[in-house]
Amino acid sequence: MADELKDVILAYVTKEYLEDDSEPINYETPLISGGIVDSFSMVSLKRFLENKYNISIPDDKATPEAFDSVNKIAVLVREFAKA
Amino acid sequence: MSHIGSYDARLKNFSWAIAEKELGYKPGDVINIGWYCTDRICKLGKGDKPALIWEGSTGTEKRYTYDDIRLASNTIGTFLRGLGIKPGDRVCLFMDKIPELYLGFLGILKIGAIAQPLFSAFGDESLFVRLSNAETTAVITQKKHAPKVRKILDKLPHLKHLIIVDHEGAAPLKEREVAFSLEKAAPIDKFDLYPTKAESPSVLHYTSGTTGMPKGVQHVHYSLISQYLTGKWVLDLRDDDIYWCTADPGWVTGTSYGIIAPFSLGVTQCVFDAGFGAEAWYKFIEKRRISMWYSAPTAIRSLMKAGDDLVKKHDMSSLRHLASVGEPLNSEAVVWSQKVFGKPFYDTYWQTETGCIVISNYPGMEVRPGSMGKPFPGITGVVLDPAKNEPYPAPGKIGLVALKFDWPSRMRTYWNNEEAFRKKFRGGWYMTGDRSRLDNDGYFWFAGRDDDIINTAGHLVSPFEVESALLEHPAVAESAVVSKPDPINLEVVKAFVTLKPGFAASKDLDLDIMNFIRKKLSPLAMPQEIEFVEGLPKTRSGKIMRRILHAKEWGEEIGDTSTLEND
Repeated sequence: MADELKDVILAYVTKEYLEDDSEPINYETPLISGGIVDSFSMVSLKRFLENKYNISIPDDKATPEAFDSVNKIAVLVREFAKA
Repeated sequence: MSHIGSYDARLKNFSWAIAEKELGYKPGDVINIGWYCTDRICKLGKGDKPALIWEGSTGTEKRYTYDDIRLASNTIGTFLRGLGIKPGDRVCLFMDKIPELYLGFLGILKIGAIAQPLFSAFGDESLFVRLSNAETTAVITQKKHAPKVRKILDKLPHLKHLIIVDHEGAAPLKEREVAFSLEKAAPIDKFDLYPTKAESPSVLHYTSGTTGMPKGVQHVHYSLISQYLTGKWVLDLRDDDIYWCTADPGWVTGTSYGIIAPFSLGVTQCVFDAGFGAEAWYKFIEKRRISMWYSAPTAIRSLMKAGDDLVKKHDMSSLRHLASVGEPLNSEAVVWSQKVFGKPFYDTYWQTETGCIVISNYPGMEVRPGSMGKPFPGITGVVLDPAKNEPYPAPGKIGLVALKFDWPSRMRTYWNNEEAFRKKFRGGWYMTGDRSRLDNDGYFWFAGRDDDIINTAGHLVSPFEVESALLEHPAVAESAVVSKPDPINLEVVKAFVTLKPGFAASKDLDLDIMNFIRKKLSPLAMPQEIEFVEGLPKTRSGKIMRRILHAKEWGEEIGDTSTLEND
């Protein structure tokens, strides 16, 4: 589920958090520190991942750093998908 | 020695004339915040001093001296005048924390127009109600936020100009749109300052109401007097400070103490235009050698959560004084701050309506962790007995925080809503809407809100506004919105929802509703939890009883349920 996972996350972030004519983002684009997703919106992104992949991400793992790029989010999802 | 020195001594001989004299202002003179924050500092010989050091999320840096911000605010003011913006017109700033936000604010004030900052994460509905209520003439924004304004442009006949500060020329501008580049514009040295007086309107900040739409809190140029002196005595801003106010100027802290106080005091301030991240914040303090740091409890609790080891990896020795605002600062955070930074966060209390800090802890005064502190000299604050609308004769009882409404930066009215303004007073006292108790030494201790307003991460959210928006979702039949406790944000929004026939509760619907509110209102207003219910508790007359749901969330007694419909 390597690139497919990242592509799903990338597509979701693009659809939900960017305006129609925004600059495109990639796997490395800073999401939280770059101001694309704020700490409140992170809750809905976390909810999406939990629903989509049937996982539960503990609050102490859902840090701004862990959600700061598609690549980092993918690492997190894989960790809890295994668990 | 701090600027305030002895709090008790200041109480004895206080007059706002102290600030007037220091600023060289006499009653009846012209007083323009834009001029005091730029030209006056240059006239004092500090034109070459750094005023604003800005860093973006990718590390890009921009630096402005006081002479630079004088020229930039003149340039923006001249551009706005050229568009036909007149004194008294409302000009909205709808931007991230980029330099144009800070400099535009000053430029708007210099031409006598009213600055209307709005949080850039607002959705189109939040934006619409605020722009339509203010009958805003122009919006200054970035290309990334312009689409939200375009969506509502047809419903805003008063909005004549959408000014885009980073338009690159690739996409054609649309109707009513105009590009402005501060970097490309010729700097304006000679500027005809609009001669605002003490009571001339200056800033319009919107705040959430309990039962109605957001209210425009109108301030005047004389607010400078309070903002200058509280910046000096509470934040203890000094000439050699490197100051960092983490607030966004979309909210009042970001203008009163993120623009007006530091610039009128001629202090160097840094701005970090990036989302929250514990390590990034520590790096910023270390890199910029921040000495005075004004932040918020939610951020402080998030830093606590990130752990002590992270603090130890960075050099925090530049920090001299720390303060906090937005919501009650819990005692654990004060104790933690003392442990890791070697100094406590000083809690400060105020509101959009007060314009300046009104109750606070002060340098040199004993900090009682968890306390709001004491009223600023010149401000009379009391705890009212709600039954009598009089101050309690003795300390100890929880009552309503009320203020004598007579300090320079108090709001003058709610824009187009004099009735709501009048309702803020009881027995001659201004009612803050907060509850508190006094201890035997005159310290205030926060006890909660006196209404249904939700304070999430220091921002007020109206349950009414969220409920109204929820009803626009195709699946929602009825809703009730309350706060629920949260370890980081103090409170977050929770919605109870009944569904229309044909809709069933599901995880996907839950997420869809969350995102619907986030985009329509703002991320702050988005329910962090949605509970699908069969029915909502109502009075026999059909009014939803939010307090029952609130009590359940907070584990409190439900109280009188005699009027409950299905009792």
